[in-house]
Amino acid sequence: MTRTFRTTLFALATSAAALSAGAAQAQEVTIEYWQYFFEARVNAMEQLIENFEAANPNINVEMTHFPYADYRTRTAVAVPAGEGPDIVQLFYGWLNDYIDAELIQPLPAEAFPNEMIEAEFFPMVSAMERDGQYFALPTAVRSLALFYNNRLLEAAGLDGPPETLDELMSHAEAMTERDGAGNITQVGLTTGMTGQDHHWFREVLIRQMGGEPYTDNYQTVNYDTEAGRAALDYYLGLEEAGVTQVGFMDEAQAAFRAGRAGLHIDGSFRIGALNDSRGLDWGVTELPAGPDGTRSNYSSYWVNAITSSAEGAEYDAAVLFMQYITSPEAMQIWLDTVGELPARQEVGMTEENANDPVFGPFIRGLEYANTTLFADESAQRQVLVDMVERVQLQGQDPGESLSAAAEAEQAILDGYYGD
Amino acid sequence: MASIPSPDKAQTPAAPQGAYSRLSITQKRTLWAWGFLAVPILFYVVIRFYPTGNAMVLSLQEWNLLGDRTWAGLENYRVLLSDPVFWQVFRNTFLYLLLGTPISLVISFIIAYHLDQVRFMHGTIRALYFVPFMTSAVAMAWVWRWFYQDVPIGLFNNALASIGIAQIDFLDSTTNALPSVLAPAIWAGLGFQIIIFMAGLRAIPRTFYEAAKIDGVSTWTVLWEITLPLLRPTIVFIVVLSSIGFLRIFDHVFNMTTNNPGGPLNATKPLVLMIYQTAFDSFDMGYAAAQTVVLFVILLIVSLIQLRLLRDR
Repeated sequence: MTRTFRTTLFALATSAAALSAGAAQAQEVTIEYWQYFFEARVNAMEQLIENFEAANPNINVEMTHFPYADYRTRTAVAVPAGEGPDIVQLFYGWLNDYIDAELIQPLPAEAFPNEMIEAEFFPMVSAMERDGQYFALPTAVRSLALFYNNRLLEAAGLDGPPETLDELMSHAEAMTERDGAGNITQVGLTTGMTGQDHHWFREVLIRQMGGEPYTDNYQTVNYDTEAGRAALDYYLGLEEAGVTQVGFMDEAQAAFRAGRAGLHIDGSFRIGALNDSRGLDWGVTELPAGPDGTRSNYSSYWVNAITSSAEGAEYDAAVLFMQYITSPEAMQIWLDTVGELPARQEVGMTEENANDPVFGPFIRGLEYANTTLFADESAQRQVLVDMVERVQLQGQDPGESLSAAAEAEQAILDGYYGD
Repeated sequence: MASIPSPDKAQTPAAPQGAYSRLSITQKRTLWAWGFLAVPILFYVVIRFYPTGNAMVLSLQEWNLLGDRTWAGLENYRVLLSDPVFWQVFRNTFLYLLLGTPISLVISFIIAYHLDQVRFMHGTIRALYFVPFMTSAVAMAWVWRWFYQDVPIGLFNNALASIGIAQIDFLDSTTNALPSVLAPAIWAGLGFQIIIFMAGLRAIPRTFYEAAKIDGVSTWTVLWEITLPLLRPTIVFIVVLSSIGFLRIFDHVFNMTTNNPGGPLNATKPLVLMIYQTAFDSFDMGYAAAQTVVLFVILLIVSLIQLRLLRDR
């Protein structure tokens, strides 16, 4: 009995000492990190958390993830209730809504000086700045590139992937196959505005035809022009020339993975899935250049932000964690694990990364990429899906369809920015 | 057990201990009945009526899930009425109803009527008809979506191509898409309706048929004069239930057109899918709530009309 009593007393005394010592040195803090569920991203983040905790033994980071479909709803409910994360991952397009609702707070200028961000990150992150303050930063970014099937290129007698839009058309033609009844059984190029083509159309084709898709910081639609018309004619011309078929094998990426498509435009996030496709001999190159050699690309990203519920010691820990997950080291880990591209130029543009046969084309594409500021990405995509379908299914004149699309998209932007 | 008397205490908070014992048996019985009824009523108020009321209030507001709700008056309804997509969706929703309900009713009655007379492997055949009803709508929609694909992967189009007939655009057509989406939805619901019809058929007393047989009445007359009139309650039940089902169609449409939900060009979009997109793609909760209220009113009106038309005279 006495022995037990003495042990208890000793334990009490030591823990009291530990408590006071802890308060004097560094308090034990637990912060929470939320992201949506995508296996590779969760694995990468687990590794980052482990490294961070090893370097900061007094900080614990807990990660929670949700299916993508619930993600925005869950964060929107939890953060105002004070039960949400201290650091949250958001799609860049949602940032304005989160700032307006005061759910996230600006990054402290001492830890994240504007000059540092502007000098070291790819320029697209400027979209994260409002009134001179940065609200969020990405670990990784994504861009588009042209995937090609080596076997089909070879079978068609082509010695490499297309470099220009004209070559894209002729290469695709050479790789398209039909059955006796004229049905396409293998497409030269996959298409479909429901995939990545709406980005290709807006930020790449229109710019390559000499236009600018939006003005006024993406608040005014500007593609109902000669350039827009030329871009649409090129896009529709692909199907008219018979080198592609919208909706072929249901999904563009499925057709490419099945080896039934010669060329396929997609984002860097597709790399992992293609690596898992057995028997597919693929390569990737930069998006084809325009008629006058102009290159363009579209990039998007997910950002990390500190929520308004982080205060005091948790806020300090959250700032430290933010610094780590946007550091060059974290970006290289993210690239190796997820396949998404580093957001800092110094990491992305290393000799090794920029010349990597797989990551290289995407990273080089970042240099000339534009990031569309969406008010409502799915609604804006739908406008372009409908634009093409009106021509293809209802025979509407392409020019009229383009004007109608511009008008419909402007209405979406007005509805959003008008408030 | 100690907690059981609490409902009556709650009913008469100020009464002293003796109040309960002074009640008559009938009063006590009423008190207990309400005590037990209070649980489902409370459940319904919290789970059903409160969210319904809240949705109605929300339909008069603007809310993007993140910020504060702000009052918008009837603005959401005004936008809704001038939205061409809404009217297209409205037409689609009624097309699902007007095509789906009678077709499924006729087919399921014909099958049930004949299945009722089949003796050979009756149970197995009945089970086979019921299987699609138990299958997940999502899995079913994806299998049918594959059936409808173009050459080289689509089942139907491959079959057509192999006999030299031009392929048909099932889902990628503004005219064919809606019937193509509706077909598996009807097929999936048949099993349930057949079972209900068969139960209804079995419930008709044999004596009517025997009497008709003695009188030498034709099979058609038996069907029109005996079977169908006596099946009226069954028909009412199935019509109401399946109309509500077709007015709320969502999973088949969403899964068969996930690349372009409700497409092409909104040709297959039902009201529930429009609500879903407005709420969880565009995060325009007030506008979505207004659409929900409209759907609620439609469901209410359709059900009331049907009950009135088909009630027993």
